[in-house]
Amino acid sequence: MDDNMNLAPAPTQSAQGVGASALRLEDGRHLTGRGRFVADIKLAGMLDVAFVRSPLAHARIGAISKPENGRDDVFVAADLVGVKGIQADSGLPGFRSSVQPILAETKVRHVGEAIAACLAPSRARAEDLADQVVVDLEELPAVHEMTTARHADMPLVHEHWDENVFLETAVDTGFEAGVAGAAAVVKRTYRTSRQCMAPMEGRGVVATWDNQAEQLVVYTATQMPHIVRTGLCECLGLDHAQVRVIPPDVGGGFGYKGILSSEEVFVAWAAMTLRRPVRWIEDRREHLTGNANCREHHYEITGYAAADGTLLAVDCEAIVDSGAYSIYPFSACLEAAQVASILPGPYRMAGYRCRTWSVATNKPAILPYRGVARTGVCFAMELMMDALASELGMEAHEIRAKNLVPPQAMPFTNITGKYFDSGDYPEALRRAVEAIDVPAVRARQKAGERIGVGFSIFCEQGAHGTSVYAGWGIPMVPGAEQASARLTPDGGLELRVGVQSHGQSLETTLAQIAHEELGVAIARVRLVHGDTALTPYSTGTWGSRCAVMAGGAVAAATARLGERIRTIAGHLLQVPAGEIVFADGMARTVNGQGEVSLAEIGRLWYLGPQHLPAGAELAGLEVTEAYKPARDTGTFSYACHAVVVSVDEETGAVRLLDYVIVEDAGVMINPMVVDGQVLGGAAQGIGTALYEEMAFDVSGQPMAATFADYHLPGAAEIPAIRIHHMESPSPLTRYGQKGIGESGAIGPPAAIANAVNDALSDLGARVGELPIKPERVLRALAERKGQVA
Amino acid sequence: MKPAPFDYSGAVSAADACRRLVAADGAAKILAGGQSLGPMLNLRLARPSQLVDLSRAGDLRGVTDEGDTLLYGAALRHAEFEDGDVIDATPGWLAAIARGIAYRAVRNRGTIGGSLAHADPAADWVVTLTALGAEVVIAGAAGARTLPMTSFIQGPLATALEPGDVLTGIRLRKRRPGARWGYWKFTQKAGEFAKASAAVLIDPQRGETRIVVGAIERAPIVLDDPQAVLADPQTILPLLQRLTAPNPPATLALHAAAVRRACLAATASTDEDMPS
Repeated sequence: MDDNMNLAPAPTQSAQGVGASALRLEDGRHLTGRGRFVADIKLAGMLDVAFVRSPLAHARIGAISKPENGRDDVFVAADLVGVKGIQADSGLPGFRSSVQPILAETKVRHVGEAIAACLAPSRARAEDLADQVVVDLEELPAVHEMTTARHADMPLVHEHWDENVFLETAVDTGFEAGVAGAAAVVKRTYRTSRQCMAPMEGRGVVATWDNQAEQLVVYTATQMPHIVRTGLCECLGLDHAQVRVIPPDVGGGFGYKGILSSEEVFVAWAAMTLRRPVRWIEDRREHLTGNANCREHHYEITGYAAADGTLLAVDCEAIVDSGAYSIYPFSACLEAAQVASILPGPYRMAGYRCRTWSVATNKPAILPYRGVARTGVCFAMELMMDALASELGMEAHEIRAKNLVPPQAMPFTNITGKYFDSGDYPEALRRAVEAIDVPAVRARQKAGERIGVGFSIFCEQGAHGTSVYAGWGIPMVPGAEQASARLTPDGGLELRVGVQSHGQSLETTLAQIAHEELGVAIARVRLVHGDTALTPYSTGTWGSRCAVMAGGAVAAATARLGERIRTIAGHLLQVPAGEIVFADGMARTVNGQGEVSLAEIGRLWYLGPQHLPAGAELAGLEVTEAYKPARDTGTFSYACHAVVVSVDEETGAVRLLDYVIVEDAGVMINPMVVDGQVLGGAAQGIGTALYEEMAFDVSGQPMAATFADYHLPGAAEIPAIRIHHMESPSPLTRYGQKGIGESGAIGPPAAIANAVNDALSDLGARVGELPIKPERVLRALAERKGQVA
Repeated sequence: MKPAPFDYSGAVSAADACRRLVAADGAAKILAGGQSLGPMLNLRLARPSQLVDLSRAGDLRGVTDEGDTLLYGAALRHAEFEDGDVIDATPGWLAAIARGIAYRAVRNRGTIGGSLAHADPAADWVVTLTALGAEVVIAGAAGARTLPMTSFIQGPLATALEPGDVLTGIRLRKRRPGARWGYWKFTQKAGEFAKASAAVLIDPQRGETRIVVGAIERAPIVLDDPQAVLADPQTILPLLQRLTAPNPPATLALHAAAVRRACLAATASTDEDMPS
């Protein structure tokens, strides 16, 4: 294991291979503003779309009147003949099905739902047109609160249902037996707020009809172009051959672009129908008022522990506010299904019981945001662990150390059947405790400083495959991942993958893997990703899967290509193929006495085949391989977050004074990219912890329309985070790498809340609802004073 | 999020701006930097038929030394105060105030006059210029007039500006070393509008002491007896309870904290502490 402080690159055998902190190949264009995003695409004759969106959360739609001057440029549901709504059902028993219309039909079910689409040569003129569309809405009472959504007197979001619940689940593994002998029992209620994911680039789509290819071409900001293509085909009744999806540069996804959106379907339909390029670019108001769609959970959790701190059992009832519709492809039940399966976290326990409800409300449909349910689950579990520690008079880290799965038990199958592939969880905790210096915090507290220290520790399942997803019966179950590798006649390498890089640095890290296998300089590796016409089918970029899945596939394809190159090189150098090694763009004999460049081999295969050995002509220098890890249950990276906060009793302000993350991503392909992922995620987690909240009033109105009211953390709010790395190789993956993309966003709310509660512990006040805004801290303090008085 | 159609015109002087406003007969709005108006236009909350841009009005972009006072052009930008591009009537206080306004991108465009004319109760200039005893100069159809800040700001987003008026300048008395200043505001994150703010001026040479409470949904509150609060800052909470009764207790407590901290900043400061 290697302990790298901060941003120091890991030692590596090659400056460009696996383990190298190579500079990003995509930085040149992004740092000089030459990236090409959807909004940069201009096509001749293109029309812009402005949607008329519902101002009400729940209403019956009456007459819609189009303006006289724009009768042909305004479209409503009745115009979309033959277009199907978006449906994403789970096969789990009891799942209630919803259909999200492309444009609202008889009812609107959340503020921001599109009712009409207005087309004009510019967005401003399209908005002028939208201003003139008059929609008669008969307001209905709204379902605005997840904890009351199941009450009998609540209106129904979907009238053909008997209850506002997409899915209810229950799991019980030895719970009653487990609680026997509990010396400490704590029951707590925790809550997380609805958030907007707020990628720098919002959603956007440009569609055009290609007469030559007789094909719809859809440029869209997406994480999963192949899934969008399949979804578009279903909604529009087209063959896959008739649809090509091309994501250009994508400016952040975080799950927000891991769907088929109704706007994509409308724009594609309009381009196909009008035979003109059509574009929709989401603006921030649309994002904030119509797409606050993640993170809203409610937990009632009870922890049972023995007198020595041994965790005996956990009991939980969890509600996920799933919003109005089931989204494609992840469905409305992914989030709650995760809650039930990952709540036990990195701990051992004898008994576990969990019930979940994915409730429907008059809010935007929930989407899996970076970390998906883990951020909420970690918050509930880790605050409960602190509550148990407090009950037993233990330090927070002591109770954790007692209950973490120990390294000698790895690989370990936990109480919900999760297979932890490798790692040393107690060591991560130990390093975090040491780095954050708990005794120093205790001394400062004694001296009168109102500060606190808090921890969270969790593991993150990434790259989970068929066996995990098959059980959910959602429209998309991932299988093997494919990649193509092609040696060009000049010795360059082209890689083709169906995943889509939207900021993850895949152009660099996948090139590093190719370099590891073939010794080609990463600058000579060209990654073609996303475009459905050019790349193998893939479920896309989600679930911290690309380093493992696309990385493994690129390794497999380049290794196979390497075998073919070796055959030719061995023939040219008169040694057995097995004695050829690759370095510096050359194929060399093991003894170093002969070499031939990959450029020469490429030239011969394509342009001088008379020099090839027998059979080499038929073993082309273009290979597609499929890859799956040794088991498809996923990799488990893990991390411990430790934070010191100060709390201002007068203002309720929380400041982050120190922040440490001990992180184990397995073998890091590019440590600098791992740091970037962890830091970016942690910034979002800090947003969840302290700032981000889209409140809804009782009529279902979102309470923020701009970033003046919806607070994202900025650079000034993010402390200098100290990252320590451990590297426990995954036994399941090609190089021992693990998925790490979501990890940073999981730990901060729990660690920060625990630190705030530590700071307030002598006052008896505590917080349990996110975000920890000053008013919540003040309320907690006031409630405590009220109790005392 | 695109504005409704409007015409744009650039005024070359304050008088020119007044003429254009009159010609538009109430349908024009002044564009003084656009950092509040811009979002309102984009959200279509403001739909003027014409914008009159002051950024090229030279007579609104200078500073006049009037001896005991300085007259600042209303179209001076926050960044120009922050960067010391204009002379500071105080021992560096204006630069420090400007530095705390929103974000640099806003400060690059936003103007001192625009901020006052918009009259957001949480705006930094609205609160601090009231505490500094500033006067505003207004050009209108009937000629120029001068108003103290306390008369100019009439409530949230409400001022004494009449249709056709243009705010042209802000007059400040010079403050010498020995004068004390404290300004404290509460924001959860850098750059957002204050949830509570207070400014304190103690100028023994001029015999001026002022405590102003801002970021309440009304015009800034100028306390009648600032000396009493300075003598015992704990008295501010009951005082605010009387003055702004409808506010919830937690809000009042935050405003009280702002006053106490501004008082502390003013009374604890020395000449060496003062920004220069």
